[in-house]
Amino acid sequence: MSDKEQMQNLIARRAAKELAGPSIVNLGIGIPTLVSKYIDDENVFFHTENGLLGVADVEEDKIDPNLVNAGKLPVGESIGASFFNSAESFAMIRGGHIDVAILGVLQVGQNGEIANWAVPGKNIMGVGGAMDLLVGAKKVIVTMTHTNKEGISKILRECTYPITSTRSVDMIITELAVFEVVEKQLKLIELMPGVSIEEVRAKTEADFIY
Amino acid sequence: MTKVHQDIEAALSCVKNGHTLMVGGFGLIGAPLTLIDGLTKKDVAGLTVISNNLGEKGKGLGILLSQKKIKKAIGSYFTSNREVGEFYQRGDIDLELLPQGTLAESMRAGGAGIGGYYTKTSVGTDLAKGKEEREINGVTYIFEPAIRANVALIRAWKADTLGNLVYYKTARNFNPVMATAADVVIVEVDEIVEPGELPPEEIVTPHLFVDGIIKATKILTKEGVIDYE
Repeated sequence: MSDKEQMQNLIARRAAKELAGPSIVNLGIGIPTLVSKYIDDENVFFHTENGLLGVADVEEDKIDPNLVNAGKLPVGESIGASFFNSAESFAMIRGGHIDVAILGVLQVGQNGEIANWAVPGKNIMGVGGAMDLLVGAKKVIVTMTHTNKEGISKILRECTYPITSTRSVDMIITELAVFEVVEKQLKLIELMPGVSIEEVRAKTEADFIY
Repeated sequence: MTKVHQDIEAALSCVKNGHTLMVGGFGLIGAPLTLIDGLTKKDVAGLTVISNNLGEKGKGLGILLSQKKIKKAIGSYFTSNREVGEFYQRGDIDLELLPQGTLAESMRAGGAGIGGYYTKTSVGTDLAKGKEEREINGVTYIFEPAIRANVALIRAWKADTLGNLVYYKTARNFNPVMATAADVVIVEVDEIVEPGELPPEEIVTPHLFVDGIIKATKILTKEGVIDYE
Protein backbone atom coordinates (compact mmCIF):
# COMPACT_ATOMS: atom_id res chain seq x y z
CA MET A 1 0.00 0.00 0.00
CA SER A 2 1.19 3.53 -0.76
CA ASP A 3 1.46 6.11 2.05
CA LYS A 4 -1.77 7.67 0.81
CA GLU A 5 -3.61 4.34 0.83
CA GLN A 6 -2.29 3.54 4.30
CA MET A 7 -3.59 6.88 5.56
CA GLN A 8 -6.98 6.33 3.92
CA ASN A 9 -7.26 2.87 5.41
CA LEU A 10 -6.25 4.13 8.86
CA ILE A 11 -9.14 6.61 8.71
CA ALA A 12 -11.58 4.02 7.32
CA ARG A 13 -10.67 1.47 10.00
CA ARG A 14 -11.30 4.06 12.74
CA ALA A 15 -14.66 4.97 11.18
CA ALA A 16 -15.64 1.30 11.11
CA LYS A 17 -15.43 1.23 14.93
CA GLU A 18 -18.41 3.60 15.00
CA LEU A 19 -20.68 1.08 13.29
CA ALA A 20 -22.48 -1.65 15.17
CA GLY A 21 -25.58 -3.56 14.14
CA PRO A 22 -28.44 -3.37 13.79
CA SER A 23 -27.74 -0.37 11.60
CA ILE A 24 -28.41 1.00 8.11
CA VAL A 25 -25.34 2.78 6.75
CA ASN A 26 -24.77 4.87 3.62
CA LEU A 27 -21.16 5.18 2.47
CA GLY A 28 -19.99 8.03 0.26
CA ILE A 29 -17.30 8.01 -2.41
CA GLY A 30 -13.57 7.79 -1.58
CA ILE A 31 -12.40 6.95 1.95
CA PRO A 32 -15.98 6.09 3.10
CA THR A 33 -16.14 3.27 0.53
CA LEU A 34 -13.18 1.59 2.28
CA VAL A 35 -15.06 1.38 5.59
CA SER A 36 -17.09 -1.70 4.63
CA LYS A 37 -14.04 -3.97 4.46
CA TYR A 38 -13.43 -3.37 8.18
CA ILE A 39 -16.98 -4.39 9.14
CA ASP A 40 -17.71 -7.96 10.14
CA ASP A 41 -21.23 -7.62 11.49
CA GLU A 42 -24.10 -9.19 9.56
CA ASN A 43 -26.50 -6.67 11.07
CA VAL A 44 -24.79 -3.68 9.49
CA PHE A 45 -26.58 -3.16 6.17
CA PHE A 46 -25.13 -0.87 3.52
CA HIS A 47 -27.46 1.37 1.49
CA THR A 48 -26.48 3.10 -1.72
CA GLU A 49 -28.66 5.91 -3.04
CA ASN A 50 -28.82 4.61 -6.60
CA GLY A 51 -31.16 1.94 -5.31
CA LEU A 52 -29.72 -0.97 -3.31
CA LEU A 53 -29.95 -2.00 0.33
CA GLY A 54 -27.42 -4.77 0.94
CA VAL A 55 -24.25 -3.61 -0.81
CA ALA A 56 -21.48 -6.21 -0.67
CA ASP A 57 -17.99 -6.56 -2.10
CA VAL A 58 -17.70 -8.22 -5.50
CA GLU A 59 -15.04 -10.51 -6.88
CA GLU A 60 -13.38 -9.46 -10.11
CA ASP A 61 -14.89 -12.33 -12.14
CA LYS A 62 -18.42 -11.63 -10.85
CA ILE A 63 -18.56 -7.95 -11.83
CA ASP A 64 -21.90 -6.96 -13.39
CA PRO A 65 -21.91 -3.57 -15.18
CA ASN A 66 -25.52 -3.02 -14.07
CA LEU A 67 -24.77 -3.54 -10.37
CA VAL A 68 -22.94 -0.50 -9.01
CA ASN A 69 -22.79 1.87 -6.05
CA ALA A 70 -23.37 5.63 -6.10
CA GLY A 71 -19.78 6.11 -7.24
CA LYS A 72 -20.62 3.90 -10.26
CA LEU A 73 -18.13 1.32 -8.97
CA PRO A 74 -19.05 -2.37 -9.30
CA VAL A 75 -20.45 -3.95 -6.14
CA GLY A 76 -22.13 -7.18 -5.09
CA GLU A 77 -25.44 -7.83 -3.36
CA SER A 78 -25.68 -9.49 0.04
CA ILE A 79 -28.21 -12.16 1.00
CA GLY A 80 -31.44 -10.34 1.81
CA ALA A 81 -30.62 -7.42 -0.47
CA SER A 82 -33.32 -5.37 -2.20
CA PHE A 83 -33.46 -3.01 -5.17
CA PHE A 84 -35.70 0.06 -5.40
CA ASN A 85 -36.14 3.19 -7.49
CA SER A 86 -34.47 6.56 -6.88
CA ALA A 87 -37.54 8.23 -5.36
CA GLU A 88 -37.94 5.40 -2.85
CA SER A 89 -34.22 5.41 -2.11
CA PHE A 90 -34.27 9.12 -1.31
CA ALA A 91 -37.45 8.70 0.71
CA MET A 92 -35.36 6.36 2.87
CA ILE A 93 -32.70 9.06 3.19
CA ARG A 94 -34.91 12.13 3.57
CA GLY A 95 -37.44 10.31 5.71
CA GLY A 96 -34.90 9.56 8.44
CA HIS A 97 -34.52 5.81 7.80
CA ILE A 98 -30.72 5.82 7.44
CA ASP A 99 -28.87 5.48 10.74
CA VAL A 100 -25.39 6.60 9.68
CA ALA A 101 -23.97 8.37 6.64
CA ILE A 102 -20.20 8.48 6.17
CA LEU A 103 -19.09 11.21 3.79
CA GLY A 104 -16.01 12.80 2.32
CA VAL A 105 -15.71 16.60 2.35
CA LEU A 106 -13.69 19.47 0.91
CA GLN A 107 -13.89 21.57 4.10
CA VAL A 108 -15.36 21.47 7.61
CA GLY A 109 -16.14 24.58 9.64
CA GLN A 110 -15.68 24.72 13.39
CA ASN A 111 -19.47 24.78 13.76
CA GLY A 112 -19.55 21.36 12.12
CA GLU A 113 -21.02 22.56 8.83
CA ILE A 114 -19.39 21.01 5.77
CA ALA A 115 -18.70 21.93 2.17
CA ASN A 116 -18.43 19.02 -0.25
CA TRP A 117 -20.14 19.87 -3.54
CA ALA A 118 -18.86 23.09 -5.09
CA VAL A 119 -15.69 25.16 -5.43
CA PRO A 120 -15.93 28.96 -5.93
CA GLY A 121 -14.85 30.20 -9.34
CA LYS A 122 -15.57 26.87 -11.01
CA ASN A 123 -18.79 25.83 -12.73
CA ILE A 124 -21.16 24.20 -10.27
CA MET A 125 -21.79 20.94 -12.06
CA GLY A 126 -22.83 18.36 -9.52
CA VAL A 127 -24.39 17.86 -6.11
CA GLY A 128 -25.68 14.28 -6.22
CA GLY A 129 -27.18 13.05 -2.96
CA ALA A 130 -24.96 15.01 -0.54
CA MET A 131 -27.58 17.55 0.54
CA ASP A 132 -30.20 14.84 1.02
CA LEU A 133 -27.91 12.75 3.24
CA LEU A 134 -27.04 15.76 5.39
CA VAL A 135 -30.66 16.56 6.21
CA GLY A 136 -31.84 12.98 6.48
CA ALA A 137 -29.26 10.68 8.09
CA LYS A 138 -29.57 10.30 11.87
CA LYS A 139 -25.80 10.47 12.33
CA VAL A 140 -23.27 11.94 9.91
CA ILE A 141 -19.58 11.00 10.14
CA VAL A 142 -16.97 12.78 8.02
CA THR A 143 -13.83 10.90 6.98
CA MET A 144 -11.14 13.16 5.54
CA THR A 145 -7.46 13.91 5.34
CA HIS A 146 -6.66 16.62 7.86
CA THR A 147 -4.95 18.90 5.34
CA ASN A 148 -5.05 19.43 1.58
CA LYS A 149 -2.22 18.62 -0.84
CA GLU A 150 -0.50 21.90 0.08
CA GLY A 151 -0.58 20.97 3.76
CA ILE A 152 -3.26 23.57 4.56
CA SER A 153 -5.92 22.73 7.15
CA LYS A 154 -9.28 21.57 5.79
CA ILE A 155 -10.82 22.05 9.25
CA LEU A 156 -11.47 25.80 9.21
CA ARG A 157 -13.00 28.51 11.36
CA GLU A 158 -15.60 28.82 8.61
CA CYS A 159 -16.12 27.05 5.31
CA THR A 160 -15.04 29.28 2.41
CA TYR A 161 -16.70 26.99 -0.15
CA PRO A 162 -20.51 26.80 -0.47
CA ILE A 163 -21.96 24.74 2.39
CA THR A 164 -23.86 21.51 1.80
CA SER A 165 -26.32 22.02 4.65
CA THR A 166 -26.91 24.11 7.75
CA ARG A 167 -26.98 20.82 9.68
CA SER A 168 -23.71 20.13 11.50
CA VAL A 169 -22.09 16.73 11.16
CA ASP A 170 -21.69 14.61 14.30
CA MET A 171 -18.14 13.31 14.02
CA ILE A 172 -14.95 14.05 12.05
CA ILE A 173 -12.26 11.42 11.61
CA THR A 174 -8.86 12.31 10.12
CA GLU A 175 -5.46 10.62 10.10
CA LEU A 176 -4.52 12.80 13.10
CA ALA A 177 -7.57 12.94 15.34
CA VAL A 178 -11.24 12.30 15.99
CA PHE A 179 -13.57 15.19 16.77
CA GLU A 180 -17.15 15.25 17.92
CA VAL A 181 -19.40 18.20 17.20
CA VAL A 182 -21.18 19.24 20.37
CA GLU A 183 -23.53 22.21 20.23
CA LYS A 184 -21.89 23.55 17.07
CA GLN A 185 -18.40 23.29 18.60
CA LEU A 186 -15.58 20.90 17.79
CA LYS A 187 -14.39 18.70 20.60
CA LEU A 188 -11.24 16.60 20.14
CA ILE A 189 -11.99 13.21 21.66
CA GLU A 190 -9.09 11.11 20.43
CA LEU A 191 -5.60 11.40 18.98
CA MET A 192 -4.61 8.83 16.38
CA PRO A 193 -1.66 6.59 17.37
CA GLY A 194 1.63 8.47 17.54
CA VAL A 195 0.05 11.90 17.03
CA SER A 196 0.61 14.73 19.53
CA ILE A 197 -1.83 17.45 20.44
CA GLU A 198 0.77 20.00 19.31
CA GLU A 199 0.72 18.51 15.81
CA VAL A 200 -3.07 18.65 15.68
CA ARG A 201 -3.07 22.26 16.86
CA ALA A 202 -0.43 23.20 14.26
CA LYS A 203 -2.43 21.64 11.43
CA THR A 204 -5.92 22.80 12.45
CA GLU A 205 -7.17 26.29 11.68
CA ALA A 206 -10.43 25.81 13.58
CA ASP A 207 -10.76 26.33 17.31
CA PHE A 208 -11.58 23.16 19.20
CA ILE A 209 -12.12 22.02 22.76
CA TYR A 210 -9.64 19.53 24.19
CA MET B 1 -53.54 -2.51 -30.53
CA THR B 2 -49.94 -3.27 -29.85
CA LYS B 3 -47.47 -1.13 -27.97
CA VAL B 4 -44.52 -3.01 -29.43
CA HIS B 5 -42.60 -1.08 -32.08
CA GLN B 6 -40.47 -2.87 -34.64
CA ASP B 7 -38.35 0.10 -35.65
CA ILE B 8 -36.75 2.90 -33.72
CA GLU B 9 -38.08 5.72 -35.95
CA ALA B 10 -41.65 4.73 -35.11
CA ALA B 11 -40.84 4.43 -31.43
CA LEU B 12 -39.38 7.96 -31.42
CA SER B 13 -42.00 9.63 -33.64
CA CYS B 14 -43.51 11.16 -30.47
CA VAL B 15 -40.37 13.27 -29.86
CA LYS B 16 -40.70 16.77 -31.37
CA ASN B 17 -38.53 19.88 -31.52
CA GLY B 18 -38.51 21.79 -28.24
CA HIS B 19 -39.83 18.88 -26.20
CA THR B 20 -38.93 18.16 -22.61
CA LEU B 21 -37.65 14.60 -22.25
CA MET B 22 -36.99 12.48 -19.20
CA VAL B 23 -34.21 10.02 -19.87
CA GLY B 24 -33.61 7.20 -17.40
CA GLY B 25 -30.33 5.97 -16.03
CA PHE B 26 -27.66 6.62 -13.46
CA GLY B 27 -24.85 7.52 -15.83
CA LEU B 28 -24.97 4.77 -18.45
CA ILE B 29 -26.40 2.24 -15.97
CA GLY B 30 -30.06 1.73 -16.81
CA ALA B 31 -29.95 4.38 -19.54
CA PRO B 32 -32.08 3.70 -22.66
CA LEU B 33 -29.03 3.40 -24.91
CA THR B 34 -31.00 2.21 -27.96
CA LEU B 35 -33.49 5.09 -27.80
CA ILE B 36 -30.68 7.60 -27.20
CA ASP B 37 -28.87 6.19 -30.23
CA GLY B 38 -32.10 6.67 -32.19
CA LEU B 39 -32.26 10.32 -31.10
CA THR B 40 -28.71 10.91 -32.33
CA LYS B 41 -29.94 9.88 -35.81
CA LYS B 42 -33.21 11.85 -35.64
CA ASP B 43 -33.56 15.42 -36.88
CA VAL B 44 -34.62 17.08 -33.63
CA ALA B 45 -33.45 20.18 -31.76
CA GLY B 46 -34.03 22.42 -28.77
CA LEU B 47 -34.60 19.59 -26.30
CA THR B 48 -34.79 20.02 -22.54
CA VAL B 49 -33.43 16.84 -20.97
CA ILE B 50 -34.24 15.77 -17.41
CA SER B 51 -31.78 13.09 -16.37
CA ASN B 52 -29.47 12.53 -13.41
CA ASN B 53 -26.39 13.03 -15.64
CA LEU B 54 -25.71 13.85 -19.28
CA GLY B 55 -23.97 10.52 -19.88
CA GLU B 56 -20.24 10.62 -20.31
CA LYS B 57 -18.27 12.47 -22.97
CA GLY B 58 -19.19 10.86 -26.29
CA LYS B 59 -21.37 8.22 -24.60
CA GLY B 60 -25.12 7.98 -23.98
CA LEU B 61 -26.66 11.45 -23.67
CA GLY B 62 -23.15 12.86 -24.14
CA ILE B 63 -23.55 12.22 -27.89
CA LEU B 64 -26.79 14.27 -28.02
CA LEU B 65 -24.98 17.07 -26.19
CA SER B 66 -22.11 17.01 -28.71
CA GLN B 67 -24.69 17.26 -31.50
CA LYS B 68 -26.11 20.44 -29.88
CA LYS B 69 -29.62 19.00 -29.68
CA ILE B 70 -29.96 19.83 -25.97
CA LYS B 71 -30.72 23.44 -25.02
CA LYS B 72 -31.30 22.79 -21.32
CA ALA B 73 -30.51 20.02 -18.86
CA ILE B 74 -32.04 19.40 -15.45
CA GLY B 75 -30.12 16.93 -13.30
CA SER B 76 -28.08 16.35 -10.15
CA TYR B 77 -24.59 15.45 -11.33
CA PHE B 78 -23.17 16.76 -14.61
CA THR B 79 -19.57 16.40 -13.42
CA SER B 80 -19.26 12.96 -15.02
CA ASN B 81 -19.23 14.55 -18.49
CA ARG B 82 -16.65 17.35 -18.64
CA GLU B 83 -18.01 18.49 -22.00
CA VAL B 84 -21.08 19.82 -20.15
CA GLY B 85 -18.83 22.41 -18.47
CA GLU B 86 -17.36 23.46 -21.81
CA PHE B 87 -20.85 23.91 -23.31
CA TYR B 88 -22.00 25.84 -20.25
CA GLN B 89 -18.98 28.21 -20.39
CA ARG B 90 -19.77 29.04 -24.02
CA GLY B 91 -23.44 29.62 -23.19
CA ASP B 92 -24.47 26.68 -25.38
CA ILE B 93 -26.57 25.01 -22.69
CA ASP B 94 -28.70 26.04 -19.70
CA LEU B 95 -28.30 23.92 -16.59
CA GLU B 96 -30.57 23.45 -13.61
CA LEU B 97 -28.95 21.56 -10.76
CA LEU B 98 -31.15 19.82 -8.20
CA PRO B 99 -30.20 17.59 -5.27
CA GLN B 100 -30.66 13.99 -6.41
CA GLY B 101 -33.47 13.35 -3.93
CA THR B 102 -35.28 16.49 -5.05
CA LEU B 103 -34.92 15.46 -8.69
CA ALA B 104 -36.47 12.07 -7.94
CA GLU B 105 -39.19 13.37 -5.62
CA SER B 106 -40.19 16.11 -8.07
CA MET B 107 -40.76 13.42 -10.69
CA ARG B 108 -42.72 11.33 -8.20
CA ALA B 109 -44.91 14.35 -7.44
CA GLY B 110 -45.31 15.10 -11.15
CA GLY B 111 -46.45 11.55 -11.78
CA ALA B 112 -48.88 11.56 -8.85
CA GLY B 113 -50.75 14.75 -9.72
CA ILE B 114 -49.09 16.78 -6.98
CA GLY B 115 -48.14 20.37 -7.85
CA GLY B 116 -45.13 20.58 -5.57
CA TYR B 117 -43.97 19.89 -2.04
CA TYR B 118 -41.85 21.22 0.81
CA THR B 119 -38.47 19.66 1.64
CA LYS B 120 -35.61 20.35 4.07
CA THR B 121 -33.01 19.37 1.49
CA SER B 122 -30.86 22.34 0.36
CA VAL B 123 -32.32 24.81 2.89
CA GLY B 124 -29.68 27.47 3.62
CA THR B 125 -27.51 26.54 0.63
CA ASP B 126 -26.86 28.13 -2.75
CA LEU B 127 -29.33 25.71 -4.36
CA ALA B 128 -32.19 27.14 -2.27
CA LYS B 129 -31.67 30.72 -3.48
CA GLY B 130 -34.90 32.26 -4.72
CA LYS B 131 -37.04 29.38 -3.48
CA GLU B 132 -40.01 29.92 -1.17
CA GLU B 133 -39.32 29.06 2.47
CA ARG B 134 -41.94 27.86 4.90
CA GLU B 135 -41.76 26.88 8.54
CA ILE B 136 -43.73 23.76 9.48
CA ASN B 137 -43.72 22.62 13.13
CA GLY B 138 -40.62 24.73 13.78
CA VAL B 139 -38.61 23.30 10.87
CA THR B 140 -37.67 25.31 7.77
CA TYR B 141 -38.55 23.80 4.41
CA ILE B 142 -38.35 25.07 0.84
CA PHE B 143 -40.92 24.63 -1.88
CA GLU B 144 -40.02 22.49 -4.88
CA PRO B 145 -42.38 22.29 -7.84
CA ALA B 146 -43.24 18.95 -9.43
CA ILE B 147 -41.69 18.15 -12.80
CA ARG B 148 -43.17 16.41 -15.81
CA ALA B 149 -42.08 15.79 -19.38
CA ASN B 150 -43.60 15.42 -22.82
CA VAL B 151 -41.85 12.10 -23.31
CA ALA B 152 -39.97 9.71 -21.02
CA LEU B 153 -37.41 7.37 -22.54
CA ILE B 154 -36.60 4.56 -20.14
CA ARG B 155 -34.98 1.16 -19.91
CA ALA B 156 -36.29 -1.97 -18.23
CA TRP B 157 -35.24 -5.61 -18.18
CA LYS B 158 -38.44 -7.34 -19.33
CA ALA B 159 -41.78 -6.14 -20.66
CA ASP B 160 -44.84 -8.11 -21.52
CA THR B 161 -46.66 -6.92 -24.63
CA LEU B 162 -49.16 -5.01 -22.46
CA GLY B 163 -46.30 -2.94 -21.08
CA ASN B 164 -45.87 -4.38 -17.59
CA LEU B 165 -42.22 -3.92 -16.61
CA VAL B 166 -39.58 -5.45 -14.37
CA TYR B 167 -36.10 -4.04 -13.92
CA TYR B 168 -32.59 -5.44 -13.50
CA LYS B 169 -30.54 -4.72 -10.35
CA THR B 170 -29.32 -1.09 -10.06
CA ALA B 171 -30.33 -0.42 -13.68
CA ARG B 172 -33.73 0.42 -12.13
CA ASN B 173 -32.82 3.81 -10.58
CA PHE B 174 -34.89 6.67 -12.08
CA ASN B 175 -36.72 4.57 -14.69
CA PRO B 176 -39.87 3.56 -12.75
CA VAL B 177 -40.48 7.07 -11.43
CA MET B 178 -39.97 8.64 -14.87
CA ALA B 179 -42.50 6.16 -16.24
CA THR B 180 -45.15 7.92 -14.15
CA ALA B 181 -44.31 11.52 -15.02
CA ALA B 182 -44.50 11.97 -18.81
CA ASP B 183 -47.31 12.28 -21.35
CA VAL B 184 -45.78 9.52 -23.47
CA VAL B 185 -43.54 6.76 -22.09
CA ILE B 186 -41.34 4.66 -24.36
CA VAL B 187 -39.38 1.77 -22.89
CA GLU B 188 -36.58 -0.34 -24.33
CA VAL B 189 -36.14 -3.79 -22.86
CA ASP B 190 -33.82 -6.76 -23.11
CA GLU B 191 -36.71 -9.17 -23.44
CA ILE B 192 -40.37 -8.97 -24.54
CA VAL B 193 -42.66 -11.71 -23.21
CA GLU B 194 -46.36 -12.58 -23.43
CA PRO B 195 -48.87 -11.31 -20.83
CA GLY B 196 -49.03 -13.73 -17.90
CA GLU B 197 -45.35 -14.63 -18.02
CA LEU B 198 -44.32 -11.97 -15.49
CA PRO B 199 -45.58 -12.81 -11.98
CA PRO B 200 -48.09 -10.06 -11.07
CA GLU B 201 -46.55 -9.69 -7.60
CA GLU B 202 -43.18 -8.84 -9.12
CA ILE B 203 -44.26 -6.24 -11.68
CA VAL B 204 -42.69 -2.89 -10.77
CA THR B 205 -44.27 -0.66 -13.42
CA PRO B 206 -47.89 -1.61 -14.28
CA HIS B 207 -48.75 -1.32 -17.98
CA LEU B 208 -50.99 1.75 -17.71
CA PHE B 209 -47.85 3.89 -17.48
CA VAL B 210 -46.30 2.55 -20.69
CA ASP B 211 -47.14 3.66 -24.25
CA GLY B 212 -44.46 2.09 -26.41
CA ILE B 213 -42.03 -0.81 -26.19
CA ILE B 214 -38.98 -1.62 -28.29
CA LYS B 215 -36.40 -4.37 -28.02
CA ALA B 216 -33.01 -2.97 -27.03
CA THR B 217 -30.20 -3.29 -29.56
CA LYS B 218 -27.55 -1.65 -27.38
CA ILE B 219 -26.28 -3.18 -24.18
CA LEU B 220 -23.89 -1.99 -21.47
CA THR B 221 -21.05 -4.45 -20.82
CA LYS B 222 -17.83 -4.30 -18.83
CA GLU B 223 -16.14 -3.33 -22.08
CA GLY B 224 -18.61 -0.49 -22.77
CA VAL B 225 -21.71 -0.11 -24.93
CA ILE B 226 -22.02 -2.76 -27.63
CA ASP B 227 -24.64 -3.90 -30.15
CA TYR B 228 -26.68 -7.01 -29.34
CA GLU B 229 -25.68 -9.88 -31.55
